[in-house]
Amino acid sequence: MSYEPERYELMAAPAYDFSFGRRGFFKTLGGGIVVVSFLAKSQAQESGGGRARFGRSLPQQIAAWLHIDAQGAVTVYTGKVEVGQNARTSLTQAAAEELGAPAGAIELVMGDTARTPFDMGTFGSMTTPQMVPQIRRAAAAAREILGPGAWETLDFANADKKLASGVTTSGHPKPTSEWKVLGTSVSKVHGREIVTGSHRYTSDIKLPGMLYGRVLRPERFDAKLVAAETSAAQAMPGVTVVRDGDFTGVAAPTPHQAQLALAAIQARWTAPETQWSSKTLFSELKRTAEAGRERGAGSIEKGLAEAERKHQATYTIAYIAHAPLEPRAAVAEWNGDRLTVWTGTQRPFGVQSELAQAFHLPESNIRVMVPDTGAAYGGKHTGEAAIEAARLAKAAGKPVKIVWTREEEFTWAYFRPAGVIEVRSGVSNGRIVAWEFHNYNAGASGLNTMYDIPNKREEFHPTQYPLRQGSYRGLAATANHFARESHMDELAALSQSEPLEFRLRNLKDERFRAVLQAAADRFGWGKRKAGAGVGYGIAGGFEKGSYVATCAEVHCESGQAPRIVRVVEAFECGAILNPDMLKNQVEGAVVQGLGGALFEAVEFENGRILDARFSKYRVPRFRDLPKIEVVLLNRRDLAPAGAGETPIMTLAPAAANAIYSATGERIRSMPLSRRAADGSTVSGAAAV
Amino acid sequence: MAPTLDLVVNGTRHTIAADPPRTLLTVLRDELDLTGTKYGCGEGQCGACTVMIDGVAARSCQTGAAAVAGRRITTIEGLQHNGRLHPLQEAFLEAGAMQCGYCTPGMIVSGAALLAKNSNPSEEEIVSALQGNLCRCGTYPRILAAIRLAASKMKRSAA
Ligand code: FES
Ligand code: FES
Repeated sequence: MSYEPERYELMAAPAYDFSFGRRGFFKTLGGGIVVVSFLAKSQAQESGGGRARFGRSLPQQIAAWLHIDAQGAVTVYTGKVEVGQNARTSLTQAAAEELGAPAGAIELVMGDTARTPFDMGTFGSMTTPQMVPQIRRAAAAAREILGPGAWETLDFANADKKLASGVTTSGHPKPTSEWKVLGTSVSKVHGREIVTGSHRYTSDIKLPGMLYGRVLRPERFDAKLVAAETSAAQAMPGVTVVRDGDFTGVAAPTPHQAQLALAAIQARWTAPETQWSSKTLFSELKRTAEAGRERGAGSIEKGLAEAERKHQATYTIAYIAHAPLEPRAAVAEWNGDRLTVWTGTQRPFGVQSELAQAFHLPESNIRVMVPDTGAAYGGKHTGEAAIEAARLAKAAGKPVKIVWTREEEFTWAYFRPAGVIEVRSGVSNGRIVAWEFHNYNAGASGLNTMYDIPNKREEFHPTQYPLRQGSYRGLAATANHFARESHMDELAALSQSEPLEFRLRNLKDERFRAVLQAAADRFGWGKRKAGAGVGYGIAGGFEKGSYVATCAEVHCESGQAPRIVRVVEAFECGAILNPDMLKNQVEGAVVQGLGGALFEAVEFENGRILDARFSKYRVPRFRDLPKIEVVLLNRRDLAPAGAGETPIMTLAPAAANAIYSATGERIRSMPLSRRAADGSTVSGAAAV
Repeated sequence: MAPTLDLVVNGTRHTIAADPPRTLLTVLRDELDLTGTKYGCGEGQCGACTVMIDGVAARSCQTGAAAVAGRRITTIEGLQHNGRLHPLQEAFLEAGAMQCGYCTPGMIVSGAALLAKNSNPSEEEIVSALQGNLCRCGTYPRILAAIRLAASKMKRSAA
C-alpha cells in the first residue's frame, strides 16, 4: 500500500542540543561541580544527524517477532505502541489466530528499542495494514514449523530451538474465511488492570531514589534566556539545578520541592515582538505562501470557461490541540553512559534517536520503553519530556521523572496546523466540470478529490507559520474534507440538486458510494424536511485506505451555538479485525471530532497561548454528546486498513452542511461556532 | 516531633507528614503509591483525579490532604471487595468503555459515587454527575451504557 507521510510528521529536530558530550564535558550548577563526561570521543562522533531511517527493512527471522517458551507462553515483539487505539489487542488476536494459541497465552512487548524490531512509529494508521500482516506471517511461519497440534498436545519442548532458524517469509497466514479469532470482538487486553487502577502509565512509574523534575519555560515562544538567578534554588536541600544551552530545569526529592525550586529561579527573557496572532493568522498564512506543486488533470481554465455556473469560496481551519488526558511524561535513569528512558511516545525509535543527538551518544547506549500511554492522537511523536528528564537525571546522578503540567502540554507540545483553503469550481448540468483547490499550510494528505471531474488542479502550498505544528489524528485530511465536502454542498445548491444525489452523480468509486448510501439509509436521509432551526447534512470521504460517510442532524437556536444532536457514521476499512473495537474507534472519533468541528481553537497572541487550560480551551464533554450510530461495512474480500484517523474527517463538513440546511447560513470556518473570529475575514464566498 | 496527619484510605490508616500542605492527589500518587488516581489538569476540570470522600465524589487535585484527615477516602484501588470487582468495574469491561483507559478510574469512581446515592439514575442525572469528567478518546457513549448496565446489575443482585 502506498503511503505518503503527511508533511508534518517526523521532521522535528530534538528540542534540545546539550553542550556536554559535544564539548566533552558538562557543567551542573547544582553544587557547582564540573563533571567530566564518560563519553568517549569516537562514540560521540558516531551520533548526530537526523537518522529517520525510513527505508529500514524488517527482520525476517521469526525469533525477532516472537518467542515461545517450553510451557507454551508466547511473547510477541512489536515496535508499535498502545495509545488507546487497541493495537495491543488486535495484534494479540493476529498472533493467536495464526498460531492457533489462546489469546491468553500471548503477551506483547511493545515499543521497546532494546527488544522490539525497529519501527518508524505508531502513526498514519499503519498498524493494521503493516504490522498485523507482519505478525500474522511470523506466527503462521512458527505454526508451520511447530506442526499443527502444538497447542492441543502442549508440546513445546525445544520450540525456541525449532524456531531459531525460521523465517517469517515462509508463513502462510489463514484466508479471511477461516478466521476464528480475528474478526471477532475479543475484549481489551489489560482491561481488568485499567478498571482497577493498576495499569501503569509512564506517569505512574516510581524508581528507588527517583527525583521529580520541572523545567523553566520561556515566558513566550522564541524567548531567549538573558539571565537566571539560580542560587536560591541551588541552596535548597536535595535540589539539583541544571542550566545547559536553552535548557534550565530542576530536580528535587518531591514534586512540591521541585515546584518551590523552580519558582525560586529568577529569569529574565528577551523575545522578538511578533505580529502573528490567532486574529491575523489566516491572512498571514496567505501572505507567506509558497507556490504549490501542481497536480491535476485536464485544463482548469477550459473547464471554468465552459461551465454553466461558477463558484468560489474560502475555508479556514483553526489551530487545535491534542490535549491527551495524560500529558507528556518520562522517567530517565543513567547507568554510566547508558541511558534508559520510559516515556509515552508514538515513536520510541525516533525518541531514541533524538536522545542520541541531544546527548551526543550512540543510539546503542540508549534504551527507550513505551508503557501503554494515556493517548496521543498524533500529538506524541517527539521526545521533549524524555530529553528533559534525561538531562536532569544526568546531573543529579539519580533517576528523574518529568510529568508536564496541563498548561505545559497546551503550550509546549505542538498543534494541528491551521490552514486556509481556496476552491474555485464550475458545474454544468449537475456535473462538476472544473475543480481548483489550494490548501495553505493545512497539509497535503487527502488533498485530491475522489469525485469524477475532468478538469482539476489541486495544490498544497507551504507557508510560514507561527506555532509549532505537527501531526494530529487525520490532520490534513480533515481540513481538506471540510473544504471539499462543504463546497460540494454549495455546488449542489447552486445546481439545484439534492446533496446526496449530487454526490452520487459525480462519483464512480463504488466503495465511496457504498458508505454514502449506508449512512443515508440508516439516517433516513431525505425523509424529514429541514427548517425552523433543524437541519440535516451529509459528507463523505476517503483516506489511508478507508472510506467514511457521516450524516448529522443539527439544531440551531438563535443566539446559541449550533448543537449536533444525531450522527450516523458509516465506515469501511476492508475486512474487520475486531468489530466492537472498531465501533469504539469510530464513536470516539466522532466524539473527538465534535470539538474541532464546533468549538476547539487555540487562541494566541504575541508568542503566548491564551487558552492553555481546560477551563479555557473547551473540549467535548458528556453534555455535548449526540446520539451516535455507527454502521460498519465489512469487506472480508479486502485487506484490512487502519481506522484510527479517517472516521474523524467528515463530521465537521456534515455539520456545516446541516447548519446551512437549518438556517441558510454557510459557515466556512472550523470550528463552526467561532465563525469569522478572524478579523482578516478570508471566509466568505462570492459567486463569480 | 514533626506534626503528622492520619489519612484513612481504602480502610487503611496512613500517617503522613502534615507539612508542607499538599494536595490529596500528590499524597495518594507520590507518597502512598496509589497511582490509579490520575493527574489530568490540576484545576478541577477533568475528573481524572476523582476519589470518594465519605462516599461522595471529589477532585483530589483540589482537596488539601489535611482537610480530609480521618475521613473515609476511597480510591479506584479500593472499589474491589475480596478480589471481586465492583459492578461498575465489571460493566466497564462488558461495555468496552475505554480506549487508552487513562480517564477510566476517575469515571468509575464518579459513576460509583452516583450509583451509591441513586441506584437508578436517569440519563440526565448521569450526564450531570459526569459532566466534570473528560474522556479525550471519546468513550462517553460507552461510559453511559456501562453506568446503566451497572445500575441494572445492582438492582438484580439487590432483588
Ligand atoms: S486533575 Fe483534578 S480535575 Fe483534573
Ligand atoms: S479512554 Fe482515553 S481518555 Fe478516556
